[in-house]
Amino acid sequence: MSTHAAPAPRLAGGTLPSWAVWAVYAAAAVPAIALVATTDLAPVAVVAGAVAAAVAAVYAWSRAVEGRRRAADRAVTIVVASAFALALAPLVSVLSTVLERGLERFDAAFFTESARNVVGAGGGAAHAIAGTLVITGVATLVSVPIGVMAGIWLHEYGRGPLKRWLTFLVDVMTGIPSIVAGLFAYALFAIFLGPGVRLGVIGAVALSVLMIPIVVRSVEEMLKIVPQSLREASYALGVPKWRTIVKVVLPTALAGIVTGVMVAVARIIGETAPLLITTGVVTSMNTNPFEGRMQSLPVFAFTQYKNPGAVAQPYIDRAWAAALTLIAIVMLLNLAARVVYRRFGTEVR
Amino acid sequence: MAGTATTTGEAARRIGGGRPVRRGDRIFAGAASGAGVAILAVLAGVAVFLLVKAWPAITADPEQIPGDGGLVAYIAPLAFGTVLSAAIAIVLAVPMAVAVSLFVTHYAPRRLSQPLGYTIDLLAAIPSIIYGLWGIAVLGPAVVGLQQWLEEHLGFLPFFAGPASATGRTMLVVGVVLAVMILPIITAVTREVFAQTPRRHIEAALALGATRWEMIRMTVLPFGRSAIVGASMLGLGRALGETMAVAIILSVSGAVTFNLISSANPSTIAANIALDFPESSGLAVNTLIASGLVLFGITLVVNMAARAVIARGERERRA
Repeated sequence: MSTHAAPAPRLAGGTLPSWAVWAVYAAAAVPAIALVATTDLAPVAVVAGAVAAAVAAVYAWSRAVEGRRRAADRAVTIVVASAFALALAPLVSVLSTVLERGLERFDAAFFTESARNVVGAGGGAAHAIAGTLVITGVATLVSVPIGVMAGIWLHEYGRGPLKRWLTFLVDVMTGIPSIVAGLFAYALFAIFLGPGVRLGVIGAVALSVLMIPIVVRSVEEMLKIVPQSLREASYALGVPKWRTIVKVVLPTALAGIVTGVMVAVARIIGETAPLLITTGVVTSMNTNPFEGRMQSLPVFAFTQYKNPGAVAQPYIDRAWAAALTLIAIVMLLNLAARVVYRRFGTEVR
Repeated sequence: MAGTATTTGEAARRIGGGRPVRRGDRIFAGAASGAGVAILAVLAGVAVFLLVKAWPAITADPEQIPGDGGLVAYIAPLAFGTVLSAAIAIVLAVPMAVAVSLFVTHYAPRRLSQPLGYTIDLLAAIPSIIYGLWGIAVLGPAVVGLQQWLEEHLGFLPFFAGPASATGRTMLVVGVVLAVMILPIITAVTREVFAQTPRRHIEAALALGATRWEMIRMTVLPFGRSAIVGASMLGLGRALGETMAVAIILSVSGAVTFNLISSANPSTIAANIALDFPESSGLAVNTLIASGLVLFGITLVVNMAARAVIARGERERRA
């Protein structure tokens, strides 16, 4: 085309070199590390300041070379990535704190002894662990049949306004504050058994109110991914609908439903508020949900921390050990749920 | 999906001809719908039993209510504290949640996006009692210096009027902890919807020369607007009802104030119930249940609105 040597037209404008952003990070990190090392400023504040400075520097540099639009894009990228890192900070902090402080009393006595007649150091949370298992077990026994059947109804039978309303209300129910569920259970039993009643089973009822909607939702989701062709094949063989559901649909969705139940258990096992007002506080072992007060791990952690004795440290250590036990149970349940789903889940496309 | 299920069921029934519906079928369907009705009954039961047990406090002589000022005077400061703490949490959590969701769905490498999402979900797995312990033992002491700085430099704002608390058991810390707790709830919804942004919208924006941020502003955010609103309201509902974290962290005086960094704070409805209920008897219990009824009403309205917004967004996206 043209023969004279005009400079090539710039189509894309200038770009920052690929190392530019990393160079800015490094330049911001050096004084930040120096500040943390030499002054007593909070590391969080220094990191926040360094990130803000890096954003400003990248924006200014990019704006000079690449223009306003690319500069905004780069700045937003850093902000978004930093927001993610910031969101992880509490997770890391909570887990490391619980691990560090919980290991202090994470010993054999903690799991074998109760807090009966314990003043000061020693004692354990065996009664609280037993109580948590009993209360959660009863809650699961109540919630799973109701939740699974309601999920089946929603997906396999439900139609019309009743289905729409039930779906909506189950969703709304997942948002009931746990303390309100506790008050409900207390009010229900207080009407029949008189005021001031405290029983393990009342706590279980409160937890069921919180657990049922979670189970319903996950069962419904799992039934949705069972292929329609399986049901049709079963109907074509003349199998009645209920046997199709029991023998074909449920087994196919079983791993998913088990996963859902485990996640639901993990969600309610750490509930404190409803148990605090329904099962009461007690220091000795009680495994009968229909008789007397019952301790649970989260309530144990709360009362140990809130009402320490004259020498506070043993109580605080026990509270953290209970927190560590609780978090270990929750994480194991979540992990096991994921493994079950990976290992036995239906692969449906 | 659900539609096909019923049509197939009906077709199967029709092919079955005039034969009577099998007994097993009838029993099973009855049990299933019974479970559904039971859930509705529980929800209605929550309202009814709370009302029954709150009634003595509602009809009682104002002087007999704890605090001597009557039921409204008892609940109002608590309701104020509840709304204030939830408001701080929402203000902090919503922008964070949007940014985190954007990062997971549109910035992080696709291979990583699912594990990163799970990691954020872990925040929701931590029991609230542990957030409370963390807030009072770690976060509170860590921000004491920051709160003093806020008092010195921004003390002219009513929020930071001070005197700054020496322990960090303040409304600000409660708000931050609540924000952490509701973040995974909000991101769970927004993440899913951001990921559903139609491919062709994204491609079209990029083809027109948009940068990634411009693409997000033109396609992802408008597409996810109703999800952001709905998810924020879900988070609000959760923050309003959160109990243990507040009960442990907040240092309470009953003062009604916007001052976020002092140690004189209004309590919240939920935390007040958790702290006072075990030691209460008689009319005090009824009063606490009445305040619980108010909390139930507030969260019910917020949650219903949230679900309605999310459901409408879903219908629009499908249309």
